[in-house]
Amino acid sequence: MSSQTTKLKVDPRDGKLAMAHFYVAFIALTLGGLMGLLQTLVRSGKFELPWGIDYYQILTVHGVLMGLVLTTFFIMGFQYAAISRTAGTHSPAARRIGWIGFWVMTVGTIMAATMVLLKEASVLYTFYAPLKAHWIFYLGMTFVVIGSWLDGAAQIMTYARWRRENPGKPSPLLSFMAIINTVMWIVASLGVAATVLFQLLPWSLGLVDTVDVLVSRTLFWYFGHPLVYFWLLPAYMCWYAIIPKIIGGKIFSDSLARLSFILFLLFSIPVGFHHQLTEPGIDPAWKFLQVILTFMVIIPSLMTAFSLFATFERFGRSKGATGLFGWFKVLPWKDARFTVPFIGMASFIPAGAGGIINASNQMNQVVHNTIWVTGHFHLTAATSVVLTFFGITFWLVPHLTGRVLTKAMNKLAIIQGWVWFIGMAFMSGAMHFQGLLGGPRRSAYSTYGDSAQAMEWIPYQIAQAVGGSILFLGIILMIIIFVNLAFFAPKGEEEFPVGEAENLDEKAPMIFENWKLWLGITAALILFAYTIPFIDMIQNAPPGSPGFKTWGSW
Amino acid sequence: MHMHKFEKIWLIFGIGALVVFLSVVGVSAFYLGNKPPSCLTTIDPEKVDTQAPFDKPGLNKVEGKEWDYELVYVASAFSYNPTEVEVPLGAKVKVMATTKDVIHGFQVAGTNINMMLEPGYINEIVTTFDKEGEYLVVCNEYCGTGHHLMSSKIKVVK
Amino acid sequence: MAKAELKTNKKTEIEDSSSLKGTLASVFFLGIFLVVTWLSVYFLFLDRF
Ligand code: HEM
Ligand SMILES: [Cu+2]
Ligand SMILES: [Cu+2]
Repeated sequence: MSSQTTKLKVDPRDGKLAMAHFYVAFIALTLGGLMGLLQTLVRSGKFELPWGIDYYQILTVHGVLMGLVLTTFFIMGFQYAAISRTAGTHSPAARRIGWIGFWVMTVGTIMAATMVLLKEASVLYTFYAPLKAHWIFYLGMTFVVIGSWLDGAAQIMTYARWRRENPGKPSPLLSFMAIINTVMWIVASLGVAATVLFQLLPWSLGLVDTVDVLVSRTLFWYFGHPLVYFWLLPAYMCWYAIIPKIIGGKIFSDSLARLSFILFLLFSIPVGFHHQLTEPGIDPAWKFLQVILTFMVIIPSLMTAFSLFATFERFGRSKGATGLFGWFKVLPWKDARFTVPFIGMASFIPAGAGGIINASNQMNQVVHNTIWVTGHFHLTAATSVVLTFFGITFWLVPHLTGRVLTKAMNKLAIIQGWVWFIGMAFMSGAMHFQGLLGGPRRSAYSTYGDSAQAMEWIPYQIAQAVGGSILFLGIILMIIIFVNLAFFAPKGEEEFPVGEAENLDEKAPMIFENWKLWLGITAALILFAYTIPFIDMIQNAPPGSPGFKTWGSW
Repeated sequence: MHMHKFEKIWLIFGIGALVVFLSVVGVSAFYLGNKPPSCLTTIDPEKVDTQAPFDKPGLNKVEGKEWDYELVYVASAFSYNPTEVEVPLGAKVKVMATTKDVIHGFQVAGTNINMMLEPGYINEIVTTFDKEGEYLVVCNEYCGTGHHLMSSKIKVVK
Repeated sequence: MAKAELKTNKKTEIEDSSSLKGTLASVFFLGIFLVVTWLSVYFLFLDRF
């Protein structure tokens, strides 16, 4: 994976832009975490929000900050740095575009956040029409998306330069993976951009009176599922290509890693109907077709599971471990850069199991929009992904700021990971069980007129508050670590670990870099899965909906 | 590109399990009639109250259909009409609902009756109420400040 | 080309039987977990009306 342009250190000028992203991401984590804590406390029934603050207002803040801001900013910062490290320092032009992207996203975030704080946009992070927010909220969201495209463009420019300078060679694995994720993100976010620009903005500005609700939702979920894979793939990048180096092992197979990322690109997008399984206006045959495509995207995760175990086992055996599971014990459990992402990987086992259930066509009726779903994505996003991002932070931030992760911080980081795990076990576990009993998601505390069923849910909500409090402690620890690594840790050199493949003779097939081919198949699959149901929707559309503001003002 | 023998075994098992899952839900959906709620009928959301069957919310006995009753709901922020019904145990019922304003989520807790209500569309599900008891109907899609107060009750009685 | 392939095949065959037993066992635990959780919710679906 070495080449003339590969440097061992991220150029400080690139580091600065990556760090700018991380500052915003960690501010979002702090504020979003506080909201999360308040939500669990409200839902326990023991606490009420002061000063006329509405539950759904803070839930909007939590969803937007955690689901959209923390994730997008962290991912863009990480990928920008990973490409700089593996494909070479970004050109001044690429860096300038990256900075413009960063500022456009930041301004968009501030616009949207202001409207939420003014109670002009208590529409949750999914902003389903015909709930109508202030137009500045939608414009802010547009800015976040456009900013992310600019950020992505910077990454693509540097990747393209590497390819030009190294004809006939497969690109560095981390760069390749980052570009797959960026391309998937751009293709996916066209959907949300379309509904916001062509439907919601004109409607909220009063230029048109009504909106087609089903079309808007369908465009949203065309984006919404790849959105969650956009969160997940950077974690997979770390698991496939960075963790092996941290533990002192090798990447099990460079080619299979690339293959799984290609499969993610192809099958992450034409599957949005699995979020619309119980919806009217969509033919069940088309729903089932997208369910089948959804199951295809499980396959690369099955491959990932095998590769990771194999990396660990090979490493353990090279250290002399014996027996069926002896290798497990010799893994570097005292290294937070490994242990914290490992907790994330382990959490992906129940998370993935839940996901298969959610996607199983009519079985979705058991769990749809219950708090089970919230429990599910607090395992996938808020544990697997977020703990891996924390694990990356432990070395990437000091690498970029010219500091080191001290022994004390490493210890605190490991404690942080376990605190998160325990908190999440309580919160997410209770959410899963409450959901199976029928408890709805996105709901403030309610006894539903002392209904016997609702009373059964309350102990679970108290367990969620216990979990939420432990999780909030985890967030405080993480903020301490981040601030330390960014500003106070001793100066020094922290490594940016990049793994090497076990079998260096095996060159990745060049067909993997054939973007015309993969983009062509991606487009074909999208057209196949969406064209006919989408035309049906438009041809058989009911009268449009006027806007509603069903939440209070200040 | 080389794939380890054990990985092949694992993928055959894994993909096999996925195929079995898909076949089970596919057969259940398309041959046994358990498709998820996907009604294609549209309605003018502003004229819901004057349009059959939504002009008569509640449990209505019907003749000559595959089901014995139609249980009709009109949803609006933040209530269901009717607020309470009794259904005879063992009755085969078509539950039909629509919304007059924003999106709502119609769910009878503890059952498989769980469907999105979107303005302009009717949604429906046919099922046999074969377990006695009192069931809470909640709204499980955010619809505004009173979302968690929106509910109704179904008593399945002998 | 053919020769090179032969060589790598031999190498991986030795590895095949020696060192990834734990991996195979681990992924099968994972697989069984997936099947069991899926079945339990499937039966819940069947049991409910
Ligand atoms: C202190 C840690 C956290 C706590 C206590 C917490 C708590 C909660 C609760 C109670 C809800 C749902 C409430 C409801 O449905 O009424 C929720 C929703 C959500 N959380 Fe978290 N959470 C935490 C961390 C995170 C993280 C790290 C992420 C993202 C990576 C995240 C993403 C989300 C999203 C996207 C929603 C959905 C909002 C919606 O339904 O509109 N959370 N959280
Ligand atoms: Cu999805
Ligand atoms: Cu509601």
